Amino acid sequence: MAAEPQKDLAGAAQPAAETGSGKMVMAMGAVGSIAAVLIVFTFQFTLPIIEANKAEYLDKSVYQVMSGATTKKAYAVDAAGQLQALADENDPAAQYYFCYNAEQKLVGIVVKASGQGFQDVIRLIYGYDPDQQKVVGMKVLQSTETPGLGDKIEKDPVFLANFQALDVTFTPGGTSLSHPLELVKSGEKNQPWQISAITGATVSSRAVHKILSESSKADLPLLVQFLSQQTGE
Amino acid sequence: MDQPVSPQGPPNMDIFLKGLWKENPTFVQLLGMCPVLAVTNSVINALAMGLATMFVLIMSNLLVSLLRKVIPKQVRIATYILIIATFVTVTDYAIQAISIEVHKSLGAFIALIVVNCIILGRAEAFASKNSPWKSILDALGMGLGFTFAVLCLGVVRELLGNGSLLGIPVFGESFEPWIIMILPGGAFFVLGGWLLLFNWLKIRKSAGVQHG
Repeated sequence: MAAEPQKDLAGAAQPAAETGSGKMVMAMGAVGSIAAVLIVFTFQFTLPIIEANKAEYLDKSVYQVMSGATTKKAYAVDAAGQLQALADENDPAAQYYFCYNAEQKLVGIVVKASGQGFQDVIRLIYGYDPDQQKVVGMKVLQSTETPGLGDKIEKDPVFLANFQALDVTFTPGGTSLSHPLELVKSGEKNQPWQISAITGATVSSRAVHKILSESSKADLPLLVQFLSQQTGE
Repeated sequence: MDQPVSPQGPPNMDIFLKGLWKENPTFVQLLGMCPVLAVTNSVINALAMGLATMFVLIMSNLLVSLLRKVIPKQVRIATYILIIATFVTVTDYAIQAISIEVHKSLGAFIALIVVNCIILGRAEAFASKNSPWKSILDALGMGLGFTFAVLCLGVVRELLGNGSLLGIPVFGESFEPWIIMILPGGAFFVLGGWLLLFNWLKIRKSAGVQHG
């Protein structure tokens, strides 16, 4: 009876001799080295592909948000708080994308924004139409919201419809919104500056609302000022 | 009932098949419940999770089996975790390279494959005692069994919780989704339902054997 289970283990049984700690360290070290080589190899191999994927994804998203655009130009804010054009339109430091249509006319500006979500940072882009003073589209690029609930901010058509014509008109002074963005319960949106939240994803909806409110206060006046300088010249 | 075990152990086909049904990691062994409950709210998430887990399972079983004679048994668990974590990291990069969209939808759960006890369980219970070839078969069987199980949950939960399959609506506009089904609570209900069904089938089968 007692010999039976022994037989199964025979293959794995270690010699009775004590295993020295030297051998343990050696074994761990060897496995660690194999692991390191594997990870470094995979990282090196996939890095360019991942970077290219991300750039392509961002590029595709910019044109999705700003329909009608065919070319774009990247801008960033320099140390003096001035907008500067970037030489490479796929530069990861870009904060704004000025989008032009086939006739080289400015159709809108895509703004990068981010903020704290339910679990981690939400990164998104939204399109701003300076002529109509409206947000004309929004897309979440990165989030770790709860699957099935919070992640609806990325694909729920009713929620995304909020951002197809969201009013961000400035007061004549040009520094504050005439109507601050408001978050209302699902289905209660009746003003162009209201965002209707997703039922069951209140925290994530609130996060998107906060990101847009803060970004529209910080980024849009800068853009408006920059555009008026350009037309003035 | 007990069959005499041949010196080579059970035949290869049985090693492969036991993970699919008789020793299904989810429905019979009830191992690795965290991803089963967490990422099965849609079919595509369940499928991606199942395949990623299967890949890690096969690779770690293979490496553990190859190194089984060199790893001192006092440090085996630490070594297995190291091996598993390595392949999870590799999988993470690979998925990012294949599709940013899929990587986005799985989010944090890929990293959590490390702590899936099916993988550590197979390394300890099988790969550390068997040849590389048998370990791969075992991992393939267990991986497919796991994928089958998460798909069982994913199909029901997406269908009832979202009214769709693979993102395609099936019930039309008038269907009111059962929100609970995509919440963690729904995962427990669906898992309970499937366990009830599989255990009932098992009891019926063994009753049939007795009468026959």
